[in-house]
Amino acid sequence: MRFPLLLGVLALLVAGLFAASLLVGPAGIVPARALAALIRGEGVAETLVMREIRLPRALLAAMIGASLGLAGAAMQGYLRNPLAEPGLIGISGSAALGAVLALQTGVAAAFVLALPLAAMAGAVVAVGLILLLAGRSGGSITLILAGIAVSAMAGALTALVLNLSPNPFAAAEIVFWMMGSLADRSMTHVWLALPFMVVGGALLATLGRGLDALTLGEDAAATLGVSLTRMRLVLIGGTACVVGAGTAISGAIGFIGLVVPHILRPVVGARPSRLLAASALGGAAMLLAADIAVRLILPERDLKLGVLTALVGAPLFLHLIYRTRREGL
Amino acid sequence: MVLCGATASSAGPPERVVSINLCTDQLAIMLAAPGQLVSVSHIAADPRVSPQAAEAARFRLNYGQAEEVHAMAPDLVLAGPYTSRYTVGLLRRLGVEVRELPLADRLQDIPETISQMGAWLGRERAAEALIDDFNEGLAALTSETDLRPRAVLHYANNYTSGGGTLANELLNLAGFINIAAEEGLRGGGTLPMERIVMLAPDLVISGQRYPGESRAEAVLDHPAMIALRERRVGGVSDADWVCGTPNVLRALARLVALRAEVR
Amino acid sequence: MALLTLSNLYAARGPCDVLHDISLSVAAGEFVGLLGPNGAGKTTLMRAALGLMQSRGQSNLAALDRRARARAVAWLPQAREIAWPMDVETVITLGRAPHLAPGQCPGAEDRVAIDAAITRMGLDGFRTRIATQLSGGEQARVLIARALAQDTPLLMADEPTAGLDPGSQIGLMELFAQTAREGRAVVASLHDLGLAVRHCTRVVVLDRGRIAADGAPDAVMSPDLLARVFHITAHFASGPEGPVFQPLGLIR
Repeated sequence: MRFPLLLGVLALLVAGLFAASLLVGPAGIVPARALAALIRGEGVAETLVMREIRLPRALLAAMIGASLGLAGAAMQGYLRNPLAEPGLIGISGSAALGAVLALQTGVAAAFVLALPLAAMAGAVVAVGLILLLAGRSGGSITLILAGIAVSAMAGALTALVLNLSPNPFAAAEIVFWMMGSLADRSMTHVWLALPFMVVGGALLATLGRGLDALTLGEDAAATLGVSLTRMRLVLIGGTACVVGAGTAISGAIGFIGLVVPHILRPVVGARPSRLLAASALGGAAMLLAADIAVRLILPERDLKLGVLTALVGAPLFLHLIYRTRREGL
Repeated sequence: MVLCGATASSAGPPERVVSINLCTDQLAIMLAAPGQLVSVSHIAADPRVSPQAAEAARFRLNYGQAEEVHAMAPDLVLAGPYTSRYTVGLLRRLGVEVRELPLADRLQDIPETISQMGAWLGRERAAEALIDDFNEGLAALTSETDLRPRAVLHYANNYTSGGGTLANELLNLAGFINIAAEEGLRGGGTLPMERIVMLAPDLVISGQRYPGESRAEAVLDHPAMIALRERRVGGVSDADWVCGTPNVLRALARLVALRAEVR
Repeated sequence: MALLTLSNLYAARGPCDVLHDISLSVAAGEFVGLLGPNGAGKTTLMRAALGLMQSRGQSNLAALDRRARARAVAWLPQAREIAWPMDVETVITLGRAPHLAPGQCPGAEDRVAIDAAITRMGLDGFRTRIATQLSGGEQARVLIARALAQDTPLLMADEPTAGLDPGSQIGLMELFAQTAREGRAVVASLHDLGLAVRHCTRVVVLDRGRIAADGAPDAVMSPDLLARVFHITAHFASGPEGPVFQPLGLIR
C-alpha cells in the first residue's frame, strides 16, 4: 500500500473510532442530540455530558494511544528490537511511580505542571536505564531482563507509596496505575498532557531518518551522517514527554506500542521512519477501540484498559519471543 | 491470664470485652459498663469515620489481629459481618468467644441491634434507655413535607446508595427523593457520572475528603460534577451513617437541615 | 589527491594501545588491501580512522563533521546487519541519506546512483525482494550496493569477502579494483592473501598494531615478512595470468 494512502486510511479509522467513542456511554443520548449538544451546546445536561465527560475521554484515548504507538515504534527502531515497548520495559511503570509520588507528596497540588513533570522524570530514569543496560548491541534477552527489573522496581515502589498514603482509597488504586483507565477524566487533563505530547511527538518525529540508517547497525548509521548521541538524547526526551504525560493521566497501559508497530511494520515496508507516523495513528485507533470496548463489555464498572490491551498483546508478545529465539537473536 | 478461655455465656456478663469492628465499637461504647470494654478498633479513634472518636481514644486501640486480641485475654470479642473470616476463625480456635453483630440496614432494625448488644454485654437496662432515646430522636426529626427535592449521594469512585439502604431511608425520611433508587439501583453501587449529570439532581450530597490523593476522589472535583453542584451541594460526614447505630440521627439531622435549605 | 591521511594515530581498547603510531596516506586510484593476522588491529585502524572510536593523532576523516564525512567515505562494517525486513531497493536507498537535506525525498540524481549500484552488484532481479530473507552472500551484495550508492570518493570495507563463494569473492575484488581505476579509492581488510595480491594495487600489513609493511603486493609479500607476521610459508609466482600466491605451511 502506498504510504500516504495508508496514513489516510488510518486517519479515517481514528476519526471513525473517535466519533464512536463520543457516542458510547451510559447516559444513552441518541447520536443526533449528542452532536447537537457537543457542537451547538443544546441541552444543559447533554452538553455537560458531551463536552466535559465524553470529549475529554475520546481526546485522551487518541492522544495517549498515539503517544504509546509512537514511543513503541521509536524505541524499537533505536534498539532494533521488536520487543521494545514502553509498558513492557518499565517506562510506563516508572512514569506511574513518578506521578504517584507527585500526587501523594502533595507536589502535584503545589503547581500545575508538577504531575506530568514528575511522571516524565520517572520515565527519563527508566529509558536511561534501559538504554544503559540494553542500548549498545544488547540482545533481546538483555532488553527483556532489564525491562523486568525496571518494571518490578517501579511497581513495588508504586505499591509502597500508595500503601503509605493516608488516603483510604489510594491503596486500592495500584491496579489503576498498573493497568490504566480513562474513566471520568476531564478537559483539565487534556490541557495538562497536550503540550508535553506535542513537544515529545515533534522530538520523536525528527528521528525518522536516523532510525532508518540504524537498520544497518550503529557504525554504518554513524558513517551515514547520523549522530547517535543526539538520537539517544532525543529518544529519551521524546519518549519521556509522551509516555510520562500520558501515564500521569491514564496510568500505565501496556502492549499498544508492541501490537501496533508489529501489525503496521509489513505495511510500511519495515521502514522505521514511516512506522513512526503510522504507529501514532494506529496507537490512537487501538486505544480508542479498547476504551470503547471496556464501556461496552462492562458499562457499569471501570474495567481497566490494560486488561484488554494485554489480552491482545500478551499472546503476540509470546509469539515474538518465540520467533526471536528461533532466529537465534 | 486467669480469665483466658473463660466462657462468658455461662458465667454472667463478660468482664473483658474487645471490639474489633467500627460498628460494634459504637454500640459497645454507648452500652458497656465502666471498665467492661477493654479495647476498640483503631478506626473508632479516627474522627473522619468515627462519630465517637474522642470517647474511643480513652480505650486501648487494636488493629483487629488475632494474636494482638488474644493477648488482651478477652472473654468476649465483638466482630462485624465484614471482619476477616481468618481472624474470627483463629480467635475461636484459640478458645476466645467471638460474637458477630449483623449490620442494621434499616432504621427499624436499629433498636433490635441495640438490644442484641445489650444482651451480650449484660446491659439490657442501658439498651432499653438507648432505644427509647433513639425513638424519641427519630420522631423529633420526622416531619411531613410536600416539596420533595431530588438528591443523589455521590462518593469516591461514583459510589452511591440506592433502594434498600439505610442512607436511602434517611434521605426519604428527610424529605428527599433519592434518584439512585429512582433509577432502580438496589443497595450500594456506582452510578456513572454521565447518568448523574443527565438526571440533574437538585442536590448532590458528598462525604468529606480524606488526606492524601486518590483518583477515586478525583471524580468529586470533575468539572461536570462541579457544574452540577453549582445548583446545590451538601455534605454529610461519612462517620454519621457508616453504621446502623443511633449515630445515624446526626446524619438525619444534617439532611433535614439541607432539605430546609433547598427552595 | 589523498583521500585518507592518518598521522601518528594511536588507539586504545581498554588500558592497552592496540594501534601504535600509524601514519598512512591513501590516494585516489588506489585499492589498498589491509592485511594482518587476527588481532593485528585492522578493524581498529579503520574505525579509528573513521572517527568511530577514541584515538590520538590525526585522521582527516575523523576531523570532518558528520555530514561531510558521510559524503567523503562509505563504511561497510564486518557485521552484516539488516535489522528489519525491508526490500532490497529500500536498503540500498539508505546509502543516499548523506546527500539528502532533512525531510527531502530521493531525487533523480539519487535514483541514478541507486540504479548504478544495483546494476553493479547484479541485483536487478532482487529490487523488491525482502533483504532479510536473502542468503548471506546476497545480503552482502545488497550491503555493498548500499555503500556504492553512497557515492563517496573513498570506500572502506571490513572483510568484505568473508562468507562469499569464490566467484563472488573474485567478482567483488574486481569491482573494487574497477572502482579504484575510476578515480576513487578502496581500503579493505582481507584475510585471503591470494586475492589481495592479485587485485590490490597496494597492501598494508599490520602486525600487533604497527605497520609492518606497505607497498605494491609483489614488493611487500616477501618470505621474510610472511614468516615474521603470519608465521607461514607460501608459493609466490608471477605468470601470464598475473601474480599467483598460495600459502603452503605453518612455521612452528
